[in-house]
Order: sequence, then structure tokens, then C-alpha cells
Amino acid sequence: MDILNKISEHLQLGDDEKVRIFTKEAIKAKISPKEILNNGLIFGMDIIGKKYKAHEIFLPDVLLAAKAMYAGMDLLRPMFIKGGIPTIGKVVIGTVQGDLHDIGKNLVGIMLKGAGFEVIDLGNDVSPSEFIEIAKKEDASVIGMSALLTTTMPFMKIVIDLLKEERLIGKIKTIIGGAPVTEEFAREIGADAFGYDSINAIEKVKGLTGMT
Amino acid sequence: MKMKIIREIVEIRISDIKLEKANVFKNQDIPLNREHSLKVETLFTEAMELFIEFSHPKGLVSEIPIPEFEVVYFGEGLNEKKTPLDEIFKKADYLALFAVTIGEKLSQKIGELFELDEFALGSMLDAVASEGTEKVADIVENRFSELLAKSDEITSSTGILRYCPGYCGWHMSGQKKLFEFLHPEDIGVTLLDSYLMKPLKSISGVIVIGEKEIHNFIDSYAFCSQCKTHFCRDRISELFRE
Ligand code: B1M
Repeated sequence: MDILNKISEHLQLGDDEKVRIFTKEAIKAKISPKEILNNGLIFGMDIIGKKYKAHEIFLPDVLLAAKAMYAGMDLLRPMFIKGGIPTIGKVVIGTVQGDLHDIGKNLVGIMLKGAGFEVIDLGNDVSPSEFIEIAKKEDASVIGMSALLTTTMPFMKIVIDLLKEERLIGKIKTIIGGAPVTEEFAREIGADAFGYDSINAIEKVKGLTGMT
Repeated sequence: MKMKIIREIVEIRISDIKLEKANVFKNQDIPLNREHSLKVETLFTEAMELFIEFSHPKGLVSEIPIPEFEVVYFGEGLNEKKTPLDEIFKKADYLALFAVTIGEKLSQKIGELFELDEFALGSMLDAVASEGTEKVADIVENRFSELLAKSDEITSSTGILRYCPGYCGWHMSGQKKLFEFLHPEDIGVTLLDSYLMKPLKSISGVIVIGEKEIHNFIDSYAFCSQCKTHFCRDRISELFRE
């Protein structure tokens, strides 16, 4: 088995120690960091996503794999010029104002990173203006909002209305999710996408950024 | 007939909280009939240990007369027009408001685990904490029925169930009046403007005690079609199994 396969296999087993060892080995063997990232780490994570979607593995397995992926990425990061991992897009993500539920949002962020996106996580209780300001400052292409209560969902619309006011609709796309959020609500408030779980969110964000 | 209105801060020992692994796994999307890895079992064990170390369970229960509950239930006037609870509470023998929490430390610990890239353990601990909070509510519910049983208020046909704002047409904003009456601040639980309670792992609601039959309703209310869980079915059938 070649080194990149070993990285992918051990990532799928959630073995962060082994992923670290084989990533170091790959670096030593002068495999380019981009190749290690794409054909080892992201490749493995992609298989994990497919297995999870097919109910062959469960959430904890996915999260152990994500930790292993991050272990490999930590070793690669200093090797990229300007110190940044190449990404397929930048997403600003957060739980909306008044809401402190962040597990679902965390899972979406972890999976987006695993798929190769750069994720700027603003945490929870994020005000509409903070979403916009940071997305502008970071030149992000997507804002992702999570809400677990019907009483906090209206803040999602405020963010979208602000984007309209600033004529940023189309330039910055939006995706929303969370237990009480529905596809219909997303349509109603003018969000570009609705994600019902973390895997679905990746597919939708890939769609928004022209990756599919 | 009992005379005094009951209000009690319920002391809860962590050893009294009997978590159901099946519920934790359900939250983690792990089907019960499927085999899972040893790693998953290890995560569950570790999460249980952290739960014991970091949770600070507390409960508060306070009896409320039906006319006063009517005011609490009406809340900010945002409930659905027809709800099961609206019909149920008027037929109750006793009502008690309650609030429970397992404290802020556990949520902080979950946050720390995510910061350290320990996602799987953090997520498992979150599920354990949610299940733990439900079990603390069970303990408070049992405590209230014990208090009533002392004065022979409970019979074999009595049914006890709790109902919470945010479920079955009782709007989340109902928590405002509930807090004004109950004062969950006494156990460290506060309500934000968004009607979210702090600490996150908290539950508030009303315990309804009456004939079992009063709890029996059909899930055909206008809002039932949007409900993703239909937990009411399990709750009602469990009540009649007892
Ligand atoms: C950016 O793009 C995206 C894309 C996808 C995105 C996304 C963003 N964000 C999320 N997603 C999606 O992907 C994620 C990964 O798959 C998912 O994220 P989630 O966050 O949904 O999923 C988590 C990983 C796991 N899911 C969860 O942890 C939530 C599960 C349910 C059952 C739930 C639980 C467990 C709990 N709760 Co409560 N709880 C419910 C939930 C009902 C449900 N079936 O979802 C919900 C959220 N709760 C509700 C309520 C009412 C309440 N809860 C309360 C309490 C609790 C527990 C403590 C028992 C517990 C812990 C809560 C917590 N999260 O810490 C109370 C409030 C607590 C508080 N602090 O204020 C209380 C108010 C009840 C009360 N009166 O006490 C309801 C809100 C209804 C409403 N009207 O808004 C509720 C929908 C249940 C219901 N009625 O069906 C997807 O939604």
C-alpha cells in the first residue's frame, strides 16, 4: 500500500496517531503537501462522508476521522507558502443571535473543513452585523447560519436582508440549518440553501461555490 | 385533602441519575440494532466519567393552582389556538411548574473538547448531557409525585406527565411567565430575551397530575404535521403500560 493510501485508510479508522506518522513519512518521501492533502486526507474524508451517508458508519466514527484529518493538516500547514492550507472556498459560520446551541454548527464546520473549505467559526450568539462584517473582511463566499429555536430563526432573515441592503446577494451566498429550520423557511427568507445535516450541508455549499 | 402549596429545591445526587445508553446512542444517530465499534463504546464510557465529574444537577418544583397556571400558559399570547395541553391542564388534579439543570460546567467542558479537536468525545458528552438533563427532570417529577403520595393523592389510575414550552403548540415565550412564577434563578437558571435558558442543558415546564385518560390525545392538531419527532405517542403509550 502506498503512503497516501495508508493515510487515507488510517484516517478512515480514526487513528490520528498513525495518520500523523504516515503524513510525516509522506513529507519525508518528498510527496507534495498538496498531493498529501488531496489524495490522502481529503480523499479519506470523502470516503467517510459517503459511508456515513450510506449508514455504514456512525457519527462518532466520522468525528474520529475528522480528528485524524486535522492531525495530518497540522503537519502540512507550515509547508504551504504563506502558511495557509489551500482551500476550495471560504465559509463564515455561526449560531445566530440569542442562540447558544452550537453542537450542530460545530459538526457542520468540522465536515466543511474536512471537505477542503476554510471555515471561520464565529461561535454562537452572533449578531447579524458580525456575520456580514467578517464575511466582507475575510472575502468569504458563503455565510452559514445555524439556529435551534424558532425564536432565533428570524435573525437569519435579518442577515439576508442586510446582504440585500449592501448589494452582496449573489456575491456572498447563504446556507441555513438547525432542528426547526426547513427548506420552505429558507425559500421564504431568500436563503440560497438549506442543509438538513452536516453531510447535506457540504453538498449544498459545494453547489453554492460551483464545486459540483 | 392536602392544604399546603408545595415548593421545593430538589437535591439530586449524580448517582441517582440513571442514564439510558439507548437514548444517548439515538442522539448520536447510532441505531440500536446495529453493531458499532469498540471505539464508540470507549467514547461512551469516557463521556459518562466526564458527566459524573462535571455535572451539577439541580431541580426546582412548585405547585401551581389551575387558575394561576392559566395565566402562565397564556404567556405572551403566542400559543397555537388549539393545543393538547390547553385541554389537559383544566382537567388536572394537580399542576406543578418545574425547572432543572445540570449546570454550566459540563457545557464548558464540551466546548473545551471541541477546541482540542476531541470532536467525537465532545459530541458524545453532549448527548450524555442532554439525556442526563431529561433524567434530572424525571427525578423532579418523581419527587413531586412522592410528595403527593404521602398525602394519598396518587392512585393506580393517576397519570403523571410533564409538558414543556416549545412543544405541542405551547410557545417558547411561555417561559417568561413560567419564570416569573417559579423563579428558577434559585437554582441558577436564567432566561434570555430569545427565551433560551442558561445553562444550555436546562428544561422547564409543567408537571400535570390527573387521571391517566386526560393525557390521551390524538396527534392531529394543525402543528402536528410539522413535528419531526411525535414523541407524544411514546409518552402516552408508556403511561398506559405502567
Ligand atoms: C449553516 O448550515 C447549516 C446546515 C445544517 C445545520 C446547521 C447549519 N445547523 C445545524 N444543522 C444540521 O446539521 C447538524 C448535524 O447533523 C444538525 O444540528 P442539530 O443541532 O439539529 O443536531 C445536533 C447535532 C443534535 N441535536 C440536538 O442536540 C437537539 C435534539 C433535540 C431533541 C433537543 C435536545 C437534545 C435538548 N433540548 Co430541546 N431539543 C430539541 C431537539 C429536537 C430535534 N429533534 O432536533 C429542540 C431544539 N428543543 C426544543 C425545546 C423547546 C427545548 N429544548 C430544551 C432543552 C433540551 C435538552 C436540555 C433536553 C437537550 C439539550 C439541548 C442541546 N442541544 O444542548 C429547552 C431549551 C433549553 C434551553 N437552554 O433553553 C426547551 C425550550 C424545552 C423546555 N421548555 O425546557 C425544541 C425547539 C422548538 C422551537 N419552537 O424552537 C426542539 C426542536 C424540540 C422539539 N420541540 O421538537 C442539523 O440540524
